[in-house]
Amino acid sequence: MAGNTVTVTDASFAEDVLGSDKLVLVDFWATWCGPCRMVAPVLEEIADEHADKITIAKLDVDANPTVARDYQVLSIPTLILFKGGEPVKQIVGAKPKAALLHDLADYLG
Amino acid sequence: MPTDNNQPVRNVIIVGSGPAGYTAAIYSGRAQLEPLVFEGTQFGGALMTTTDVENYPGFKDGIMGPDVMEQMRSQAERFGAELRAEDVEKIELEGPVKYVTANGVRYGAKSIILAMGAAARYLGVPGEERLLGHGVSACATCDGFFFRDQDIAVVGGGDSAMEEATFLTRFARSVTIIHRRQEFRASRIMLERARANEKIRWQLDSEVLEVLGENSVTGVRIRNTVNGEESELPVTGVFMAIGHDPRSDLVKGQVELDEDGYVLTRPHSTYTNVDGVFASGDLVDRTYRQAVTAAGSGCSASIDAERWLAEHEEAASAHVSAELVGGGYAPTQN
Repeated sequence: MAGNTVTVTDASFAEDVLGSDKLVLVDFWATWCGPCRMVAPVLEEIADEHADKITIAKLDVDANPTVARDYQVLSIPTLILFKGGEPVKQIVGAKPKAALLHDLADYLG
Repeated sequence: MPTDNNQPVRNVIIVGSGPAGYTAAIYSGRAQLEPLVFEGTQFGGALMTTTDVENYPGFKDGIMGPDVMEQMRSQAERFGAELRAEDVEKIELEGPVKYVTANGVRYGAKSIILAMGAAARYLGVPGEERLLGHGVSACATCDGFFFRDQDIAVVGGGDSAMEEATFLTRFARSVTIIHRRQEFRASRIMLERARANEKIRWQLDSEVLEVLGENSVTGVRIRNTVNGEESELPVTGVFMAIGHDPRSDLVKGQVELDEDGYVLTRPHSTYTNVDGVFASGDLVDRTYRQAVTAAGSGCSASIDAERWLAEHEEAASAHVSAELVGGGYAPTQN
């Protein structure tokens, strides 16, 4: 199930996210966050269906507090879309797949 | 317009995925009714944002809210419930076939079990919505982590406020409970636990007028409800725990609701005033609102639906699209 997303850490963030040629949607999550569990399967689906356009990266805020702090994440799940190393869109809270795709439409289209 | 995707008419559609919805799914699955369950994308209901559930029977050492919900979900799947993680857009309860629309597709069923639960309430004050996710939160278990060694506030005076405040002291330097009165709805055990916690402070007879901050929360403006004096409380996080509203918007005007939006059911049953429509869980329950009572009423709804279907089977097959004669089952007004 978890085969379509990649895992990033504080250490790998600069290279895997900021240095990526592709769009990267970073899912800030933690094991103890119920709503994060709800949105996880939806992200797997989106990662699978739009693999050509976007990479979906999961960042566990518990193990990797630095990146979360740098981007002022105060609530999870938070999704931040990075394009060319810059955050271009932020989505806070678990949302339905259709709503997520709608939010990302400008970038996936 | 919703398209009828050539879906067969189901025996039962269940709307909701908390303890009520999944329990109804387990029972109607075991009864071979092949239920279709709309979980919504927020599957799992209110327990998904709690940590330890200490009072669910069968788990003497407690169980994590999300864990018990995943177990219920798997249990429903095991008995053949079809689970769809889609949000329902429309519910039509008129006529012998009821319709539920999700993702633009319209699904029909002979009976419907409503189990949409209740949604966390917000204050509706300036700054609150703008700073949601930037210091304003309705999920202590999700977001408490980000407020390590900070001063934060919890708004509310019920069990969930006490529970959240107590939980948040694991991270925060201080947690101030802001409550409009001196008296609490919270149960004695939860209140005593909070009172015994030296990190918890009390700001009583106080209401929040505004959440302050540019990019993230820097404080709240409060008013004393007795003398009207206004003051500011410097906090970096505000957690809302001021209760819930039943999610009955989709059936408003179709089934009878009380003045607060709870679905009314016939006493000692889950029958609504619409034939073939049953309701359970926090959507109907303004009194108990526990995981175990919700599960219990989900079970009742499934049994009610199963019996109703059995009693209507002949009539339904005899008059395929004709109206059911449901006089004997019309719920009494009460």
